[in-house]
Amino acid sequence: MNQELKQHVLKALSKNVRYDGRKCLEYRQVSVEYGISESAEGSARVKIGGTEVIAGVKVETATPYPDTPNQGNLMVNAELLPLSNPKFETGPPGEQATEVARVADRAIRESKAIDVHKLVLKPGERVWAINIDICSINDEGNLQDAATLAALAALKDARFPKLTEHGEVDYDSEKTNEKLPLAREPVEVTVIKVGEHYFVDALSDEEKAIEARLTVGVTEKGTVCAMQKGGDAPLSVDEIDKMIEIAQKLAPTLRKAL
Amino acid sequence: MTYHKRFDGRGFDELRPMSAKVGIVPRADGSAMFKIGKTVAYAAVYGPRDLHPKFMQNPQTGILRINYNMMPFSGHGERVRPGGSRRSKEICMVMQNALLPALNLKEFPNAVVDVFVELPQTDAGTRCAGIMAASMALADAGLEMKDLVCAVAAGRVEDKIVLDLNYFEDSHEDGADVPVAVLPNSGKVTLLQMDGEMTREQIKEAITKAKEACEELYELQKKALKERFARE
Repeated sequence: MNQELKQHVLKALSKNVRYDGRKCLEYRQVSVEYGISESAEGSARVKIGGTEVIAGVKVETATPYPDTPNQGNLMVNAELLPLSNPKFETGPPGEQATEVARVADRAIRESKAIDVHKLVLKPGERVWAINIDICSINDEGNLQDAATLAALAALKDARFPKLTEHGEVDYDSEKTNEKLPLAREPVEVTVIKVGEHYFVDALSDEEKAIEARLTVGVTEKGTVCAMQKGGDAPLSVDEIDKMIEIAQKLAPTLRKAL
Repeated sequence: MTYHKRFDGRGFDELRPMSAKVGIVPRADGSAMFKIGKTVAYAAVYGPRDLHPKFMQNPQTGILRINYNMMPFSGHGERVRPGGSRRSKEICMVMQNALLPALNLKEFPNAVVDVFVELPQTDAGTRCAGIMAASMALADAGLEMKDLVCAVAAGRVEDKIVLDLNYFEDSHEDGADVPVAVLPNSGKVTLLQMDGEMTREQIKEAITKAKEACEELYELQKKALKERFARE
């Protein structure tokens, strides 16, 4: 870790200011644009300040997993594209991409945002498979919160495709008007701790100074549906409680952009 | 068979509606977007920068490396699995050859200029759209260039030579597809591929028409680059 950079970030935080003039618990401007890829069954672009992420949903049919014969399949994948950050490389997903995907997946899956029981075409034989792919376009920090929001927005935008007589997806026809069974709206807020300071929506430079972070999935009811601790500093129970409180307070800021 | 009217109602020499924007990825050294019909290409340039693995370094000159990637949800049919395929590998190679003649990388021995081309939605003509975006992104990165590079697909559908084929024309069983890239100032061709059958006369007609269309593409690229620098 760059010690000088960390000192610099700490000094600014002790005055409750950020590199870009924000307060500690303030997001950059959040915007959501729907339907940005006509090839996908649903898609969205999320911008948090200069950070930009797009997500697309592909809806296919598949055989259900043997242990869940009466549930549809749901998958979240993230591609941290080398286009979006000079540090990202081509090739299979690295540690960060895997974490972003799994943590976004957790919020959507565990909040039961998609009712997978309503994705069954023929019990035990044929179900809908919902594939969500998140792609980073410009990384200026806080990809995680942007990624989860983009995944949810793409799900909101998605419509089922038509099926042929043989039960296969008919990609040549227009989509139907039928939305996916979206029951909940989970978003994720990543709260960061450096020294005694807490802040959200880190810029790339601030991310380099992170001691501990906690990503918290929050539903529209304010309940917590997923968590992921990151960073190498340990946290006390009170600190964790404080971070959850911050996430619950700020989640509506993100949801409002939907 | 006679192809009377194009599936989407265009004239045989007519390109789909286009737009271009330079400077779409602030973190990159240069970037651009090009849209033609439903095909959208983003390109970002990083470099010149250190090249790894080291054995790829060339002490005589910098090298150009293109990475072409369809986003998983960008295909016409099912999800495209992430990661390279035989197809994408070949496209990277031909795009590299198409763009390199416009560059002078002699001043950057052992270095690489990386160009990442990403497609969020596609409707045929992706390698040409990728070249269009990459060419603008390279110029945006401030690299020394002898020319821009313009590209469009020509082809045959039944008895007609057509420009800028869409997915349904591209996959028509009685037809051929000829992607062409041109250096607009010299008129030289830097990308040429063909799949499908055509006579020698038809090939000449297709390449000539693609070259003519490149004038329009060149104007669009110049306009987008000027707009980018007018913003600053």
